[in-house]
Amino acid sequence: MQRVLDSRIWPLAALAVIVVIAPLFFSSLYDYRIGALVFIFALAVVGLNLLMGFAGQVSLGHAGFLGIGAYAVAIGPTYFALPAWFSLLVGAVLSGIVAFLVGRPILKLKGHYLAVATLGFGVLVAIVLTNEADWTGGPDGMNVAHLMLFGWKVHGSDTWYWLAGATFIVGFVLAANLVDSPSGRALQAIHDSETAARMLGIDVARKKLTIFIVSAIYASVAGSYLALFDGHITPDVAGFLRSIELVAMVVLGGMGSVFGALVGAAVLVVLPQALTVFHDYEQATLGLIIMVFMIFLRRGIVPSLSAAFSGWRR
Amino acid sequence: MTILSASQLAISFGGVRAVDGVSLAVERGEVYSIIGPNGSGKTTLFNLISGIYVPTTGTIRLAGENVTGLVPEQLARRGLSRTFQNLQIFFRMSVLENVMVGRHRHEKTGIFADLLHWPSVARQNRQTREAAMAALARVGLAEAAERPAAALPYGALKRLEIARALASEPVLLLLDEPAAGCNPVETQELDRVIRSLTNEGITVVLVEHDMRLVMNISDRVHVLASGRTLAHGTPLEVRSDPAVIEAYLGTHGSEEAARAIG
Repeated sequence: MQRVLDSRIWPLAALAVIVVIAPLFFSSLYDYRIGALVFIFALAVVGLNLLMGFAGQVSLGHAGFLGIGAYAVAIGPTYFALPAWFSLLVGAVLSGIVAFLVGRPILKLKGHYLAVATLGFGVLVAIVLTNEADWTGGPDGMNVAHLMLFGWKVHGSDTWYWLAGATFIVGFVLAANLVDSPSGRALQAIHDSETAARMLGIDVARKKLTIFIVSAIYASVAGSYLALFDGHITPDVAGFLRSIELVAMVVLGGMGSVFGALVGAAVLVVLPQALTVFHDYEQATLGLIIMVFMIFLRRGIVPSLSAAFSGWRR
Repeated sequence: MTILSASQLAISFGGVRAVDGVSLAVERGEVYSIIGPNGSGKTTLFNLISGIYVPTTGTIRLAGENVTGLVPEQLARRGLSRTFQNLQIFFRMSVLENVMVGRHRHEKTGIFADLLHWPSVARQNRQTREAAMAALARVGLAEAAERPAAALPYGALKRLEIARALASEPVLLLLDEPAAGCNPVETQELDRVIRSLTNEGITVVLVEHDMRLVMNISDRVHVLASGRTLAHGTPLEVRSDPAVIEAYLGTHGSEEAARAIG
């Protein structure tokens, strides 16, 4: 799987080309909006993929961190008069701390037990966001002020497209770096055999916790972008369905493939738009398409296709 | 110099004393084999020594230091490495990457350096790769380096585990049935590899059923039966010990006994 990154430069170049070329096919600002959403979700998915695809630890509550990031940029400027960019950083740090506190006890769990524990965490965040109405506006959500960078107001779908695209590339490069490093190899080792990993001196609990924190920060930044981009946020951002959507993007794109994150996010953001022609059957059609993908490309889109195109690569 | 010593080790699982009062002392640079009929506690003893199980009673010393109760990763950092009877290969990784993980305890980087791909990380990767290639070459797997581990045959995976353990530059190497499932040629190759290790001062503790291999390369042999020490001594002493012969004949049928008596 890490073979996708054999050369450090090519994937990065390909990605930059995709970001730059894609707008040539856009016919409206709405297309820019979809593109921006793809990159924002892909950012969260890259982080989750480090946790799930590489370290092999499932999280069904990652939208919780999306929620923390989103509400940080909503609450920070509104109640504390903090700049939005600073609120984003605060959210990221907060997510890291929460991931540390939550991760320490629950990452001892394995498999289904870990899945249920993380699910509980995600639900918890969504409930807090819904019930603390004084701060969050409750189920109706709250408005989010525009992002100001160096006195310049960031708004408009096209601007956000470029910002999200650039941020995704940064996130992608960091993840690719990690995969090709001692930490990355240790994480993949943990995925296959914790016993052997420990026997080689890898502190498994600590590695898991570290990557959980990293993936939480990815999700938090993506959540902040989502809130700043939309200008309005509701507790749904941290909801269970969002978490499932993130997991589906990881699995569909390809576990353990950094590129798969973009493909998975693109499919699950773009398809629902394309399927609106089916009206009432939109969701059913989406489900069907995902099932077909998983049946025929069971390792996920990117790993399956790269395997098909090149001899042994798995 | 005694590199590994255990005194009065015991562990019970639900009332069954899997290992019961076993003591041993392994000298630096020797090949020390642990044999015994199936279920005699050989692998359990390995799991105690390598920190996977904590003994109910008894102490373990590594290079003179009391290491009883230390977890595997702590023991690994003190130079203990092992292979597994049931393979513990990183099947998602390539052959080379498996061995590169073995370098972990020698790698010095942090999560931030790794995320940012500091120049030190690139240098580290290069060193790790070279050391891993050298370890692969020692077990004759250099040509398979870029193949996925999952594509290797069973015998080669056994050697891959040895290469991975070697990459960690162990002081003490525990090999759990390295010859199981290997053909005679592969077993001979194994014999050669183990000898080359001891020439470098690496101490090898071996659990093995292949008596020809055991009797060939061991400096000393420790025989377990029902979790207790039955006999220990040089291969010659052990195979002429009446208690050993009886244990093999009595509990395990004639085939293994015939081989044990040689």
